[in-house]
Amino acid sequence: MYQAIARNRRNSWLLMFLFILLFVAVGFIFGEYTGSGYFGLLIAFLIALLLCFGSYYYSDSIVLKATGARPAKKEEYPHLVHSIEGLAIGSGLPTPGLYIIDDPTPNAFATGRNPEKGVVAVTTGLIEKLNRVEIEGVLAHEMAHIKNYDTRLATLAAVMVGAIVLLSEWMRRSFFFRSMRRSSSSNRRGAGPEAVIMVLGILMAILAPIFAQLLRLAISRKREFLADADGAMITRYPEGLASALEKISSEPQKLKNASQATAPLFIVNPFSAKGANNLFSTHPPIQERVSALRKM
Amino acid sequence: MGFNQILIIIFGILGLAIIFIYNRLIIYRNRVDNAWSQIDVQLKRRYDLIPNLVETVQAYARHERETFAQITEARTRAIAAASVKEQEKAENDLTRNLHRLIAVAENYPDLKANKNFLMLQEELAGTESKIAFARQFYNDSVMAYNTRLQMFPNNLLAGIFGFKNRDYLEIEGLEREPQRVSFDN
Repeated sequence: MYQAIARNRRNSWLLMFLFILLFVAVGFIFGEYTGSGYFGLLIAFLIALLLCFGSYYYSDSIVLKATGARPAKKEEYPHLVHSIEGLAIGSGLPTPGLYIIDDPTPNAFATGRNPEKGVVAVTTGLIEKLNRVEIEGVLAHEMAHIKNYDTRLATLAAVMVGAIVLLSEWMRRSFFFRSMRRSSSSNRRGAGPEAVIMVLGILMAILAPIFAQLLRLAISRKREFLADADGAMITRYPEGLASALEKISSEPQKLKNASQATAPLFIVNPFSAKGANNLFSTHPPIQERVSALRKM
Repeated sequence: MGFNQILIIIFGILGLAIIFIYNRLIIYRNRVDNAWSQIDVQLKRRYDLIPNLVETVQAYARHERETFAQITEARTRAIAAASVKEQEKAENDLTRNLHRLIAVAENYPDLKANKNFLMLQEELAGTESKIAFARQFYNDSVMAYNTRLQMFPNNLLAGIFGFKNRDYLEIEGLEREPQRVSFDN
């Protein structure tokens, strides 16, 4: 467990380092092509640094915003608040913030850069379709993620990949836009900037999926097993989580507000309820997790 | 190197080992104390809920006087409990009485529909589940501490410095799953 925490912390720093490196590389290429020298490099470095700090401190609120989560009121969900407070006592963790996502599909995720800033978000579908013991199992699983610092790495990765995907999209569009405009007005003023944008666009187009894949590997499937086990350790009732996982995965509907970037955060992959459990999927097969829990 | 120097080194190492072991034991003992105070907080919350609960039930079920008296008495005893074992006994008694009160309430449909009663019932169920969690955390801490204490060579030092095994706490009727007041769909 302590090993998992140390690894997650290290990987978080590694991720930030790679992120900055990528930006600096892009900035360097940009500077070389436009002849602005180290200026581009400096700008890229500053932007990357800003994005890093931004995602380190605000990634949890960004993810909560992106998934449309709202804080849960005690009057509205008293038993949910009681459950999470009880689990916090049982695990010795600070009580995480509780958020609600208005969506009929049962699912849940956790975020926060450390246990003090931990947040657990559940969908209204989860509250409606699962019973109390199952909900407790899910909450405990999420709290195990918080305890192991999985949430720091996963949330950081989600925001960074989101930023890169956005950027590559923007590059691609501006490239096409420029080439379109150029061909329509047939105004040729040297291939300088267009070539740069083109190179960057291609670079980003190649890098974005690699980064997305990196994210998937970073949020390794082992983590889910570990969080299942640690969660069961908190509730002392593995069957609760096991039957919750079965119920969540048998849901045919997709989650509205989930994206490729935030998908690995959820307890069960919000895109593929059934099947599609290949080598590159973010979550291990549900049957495996359930049978591991039932063997405890 | 002379004999004296070797002696000094040996005693130095021994002294450091003792300091290390002592500090470890202190850490584990403090964890137990902290875990106990967590239980205490939740038990107090339950004590605070009881007068409200009794009052609400009383409004509908006047002639269940004996049940109310027993609850109030059990509460007083639980608050006064000094040792872990005493607490355990008093809390078990209180839990039994409380659950009897809830069972009594089942006979009064008007009471069961009372919003205040429902809220108190949920509050009680939540608090009891927290007591159960706190107890679990406490017993885990006690086990870790007692294990440290019994291991060699810690057990030799424990006696000298006055470290004692702590008691586990078993409160019956708070097993979270089946005992729950059901609010499930």
